[in-house]
Amino acid sequence: MALLQISEPGQSPNPHERRIAVGIDLGTTHSLVAAVRHGVAECLPDGEGRVILPSVVRYLAGGGRQIGHAAQEHLALDPENTIASVKRFMGRSLGDVQGAGKLPYRFAEHAGMLGIHTVAGEKSPVEVSAEILATLRYQAEDTFNDDLYGAVITVPAYFDDAQRQATKDAAQLAGLNVLRLINEPTAAAIAYGLDNASEGVYAIYDLGGGTFDISILRLTQGVFEVVATGGDSALGGDDYDHALVDWVLAQTGMQAVTAADKASLKVAARVCKEALSATKNVAFHAQLTGATVDFDVKAEQFHALTSHLTARTIAAVRKAMRDAKLAVTDVQGVVMVGGSTRMPQVQAAVAEFFGRAPLTNLNPDEVVALGASIQANQLAGNNAEGDLLLLDVIPLSLGVETMGGLVERIVPRNQTIPTAMAQDFTTYKDGQTALALHVVQGERDLVTDCRSLARFELRGIPPMTAGAARIRVTFTVDADGLLNVSAREQVSGVEARIDVKPSYGLGDDQIAQMLKDSFATAESDMRTRALVEACVDADRLVMATQTALEADGDLLDAVERSTIDGAMQALVSAKSSSDAATVEAFSKALAQATEAFAAMRMNRGIAHALAGKNIEAL
Amino acid sequence: MNLQSNDFELFGLKQQFAQERAVLDDRWKTLQREAHPDKFAVQGAAAQRVAMQWSARINEAYRRLKDPLTRAAYLCELGGAPVNAHTNTAMPAQFLMQQMEWREALDDARDIAALEVLRQNVEVSKQALLQQCAQLLDVQNDCNAAVPLVRELMFIEKFAQDLDRGFDKFE
Repeated sequence: MALLQISEPGQSPNPHERRIAVGIDLGTTHSLVAAVRHGVAECLPDGEGRVILPSVVRYLAGGGRQIGHAAQEHLALDPENTIASVKRFMGRSLGDVQGAGKLPYRFAEHAGMLGIHTVAGEKSPVEVSAEILATLRYQAEDTFNDDLYGAVITVPAYFDDAQRQATKDAAQLAGLNVLRLINEPTAAAIAYGLDNASEGVYAIYDLGGGTFDISILRLTQGVFEVVATGGDSALGGDDYDHALVDWVLAQTGMQAVTAADKASLKVAARVCKEALSATKNVAFHAQLTGATVDFDVKAEQFHALTSHLTARTIAAVRKAMRDAKLAVTDVQGVVMVGGSTRMPQVQAAVAEFFGRAPLTNLNPDEVVALGASIQANQLAGNNAEGDLLLLDVIPLSLGVETMGGLVERIVPRNQTIPTAMAQDFTTYKDGQTALALHVVQGERDLVTDCRSLARFELRGIPPMTAGAARIRVTFTVDADGLLNVSAREQVSGVEARIDVKPSYGLGDDQIAQMLKDSFATAESDMRTRALVEACVDADRLVMATQTALEADGDLLDAVERSTIDGAMQALVSAKSSSDAATVEAFSKALAQATEAFAAMRMNRGIAHALAGKNIEAL
Repeated sequence: MNLQSNDFELFGLKQQFAQERAVLDDRWKTLQREAHPDKFAVQGAAAQRVAMQWSARINEAYRRLKDPLTRAAYLCELGGAPVNAHTNTAMPAQFLMQQMEWREALDDARDIAALEVLRQNVEVSKQALLQQCAQLLDVQNDCNAAVPLVRELMFIEKFAQDLDRGFDKFE
């Protein structure tokens, strides 16, 4: 990436080079990859022409694994090692997962994120998700017969920081360059809005396999402004299945004993639920250990026993509308996303709330991946005239713990990202030299009711009387919706900062190591290719640096200039070393040497662009 | 222009209370088109960091300018008369009486209609104060005189939030 840091803002160094960028919908039930080809967004098929990949990974003894359709066939046969709906476990501890006892897995409990015991050892949800993402990556690379430049990955709008970070880690582990995490309803709005050239306020109701999102968006001339968002990151089609299983068992007086029983019932419930979307009466059939369940389910029975779930989604819709300060009559259209919106009772409830029939003219399974691919194409710089701009929001408030276990909110929910907000705190004891900060996310007033994201300490505050120190805590939420926290004592200048990483302990180093391990199959031709690529990158970097120096060399003083010149010379000499790692190391050194320069140029570029816009306005 | 420019400079607007919401919305989007990190997605970490600072700064300015209350408070601060809402809480007795009446009315409200009446009363008071602010800030150029009104508006805003939560009970 290094060379690109010093190209002209808004321009790629090689304007004619097309970068292959995809959109990936990493879903609870299934996942898809899409890309813009010949100007049209389309889902990319696997070798057998299927675009939907079931989000199921089966681990085999001896280290092998099956992913997708092959794994799905074993859900009931090998339930303990066949992991489905892993998205529900992302960034979650065992205590967070409701109804874990009804699932056929052997969980491992950890402080941050749970693990799952399989025949191939313990697996983290991040690793399982990475398998799915890697499969989609290969699927895309096979389609294009080329390497991917990068991907936009979608996450539920209501995902908190830990869930987003876990998703980004999984993508990194799958060897993907994450261009951006975007919210699923926003992605759907892109696909929908661009298709229909819509303007005005739209509600996106997204009920997936395991998550529910509602986003209220305002569309104007290519700008997708999220006004408010809400939802429940643990409510989806799976819950309708569980409710049906519980009800059928209660009606028949039968019980699920083994892991295979649980898995069979879940599969049977899903089949029954899907059939009930089209017919009024369906036979629920499942084979248990030593017994068979056969039970007739009527549509109205299914609707009644799941009405509390549908009602929960409507309550979240009402809250989002209130946050948006909009009335139902302000809404121009309601878009349905996610396979679970095929249920007639869900469509009826949404139609009743908004007083209009929801729009279902795009395939609810594909629309998220399609929208993500359109954004990926633009982020990769392939669509120079593109005027798509996403202004999304943070779904949940962020704050710190204060005295008495109360939350002091620093960033309220539904703030447009990126955002930086600060709050001043002080010491409460004379001579206090450290301050512990506990970062939490959620809407409740008590720390214990919110999600704990990170803890860190600001040390080395000079001893002062209580209340004399001025400690400014700044929360920065980037365009991916990820949080970074810093603290600075204003009088002494003492600082501390933390990238909020969920406490499951996958550091950058560990991810790098896992990546290395998975690609450790070193081959000599790979080495040759690596050297060629490293030299090409080095050439580009040197060229870009020279161009940048010609344009903005005046920003540098003599010392800064000679540091960059030195690093550039060293890289040119290193190219003759015939070792990719050496060339890369010197490239990295040059990139580091030019980093501050790149930032100065960016600053000048943006300030110039904004000033230009203001002159136009006046 | 730099990151320290004030909100009005950043948005290219005249430093005054009277502002058109549609113009603000339009300026916000125009500026974000130039500075948003998405525009620099292929340019690496340093570019992302700089773009994020600008983009967050533009969002901050937009947030402050679009709400008449925060806009008024900001103008007082720029004019050398900070509102100091946290340290300076002394309010006129008459205003406090009205606040107490409203609180009682909120507690006594038994239906949506009662809350709706209250909401209209609050809105009328708020609009009257905002008009006075406009007069003081834009015509008389008297920030010091506007400060007590801004503080009253902050109280009213807090009450309006509690009132909104009151509606929840009946929905």
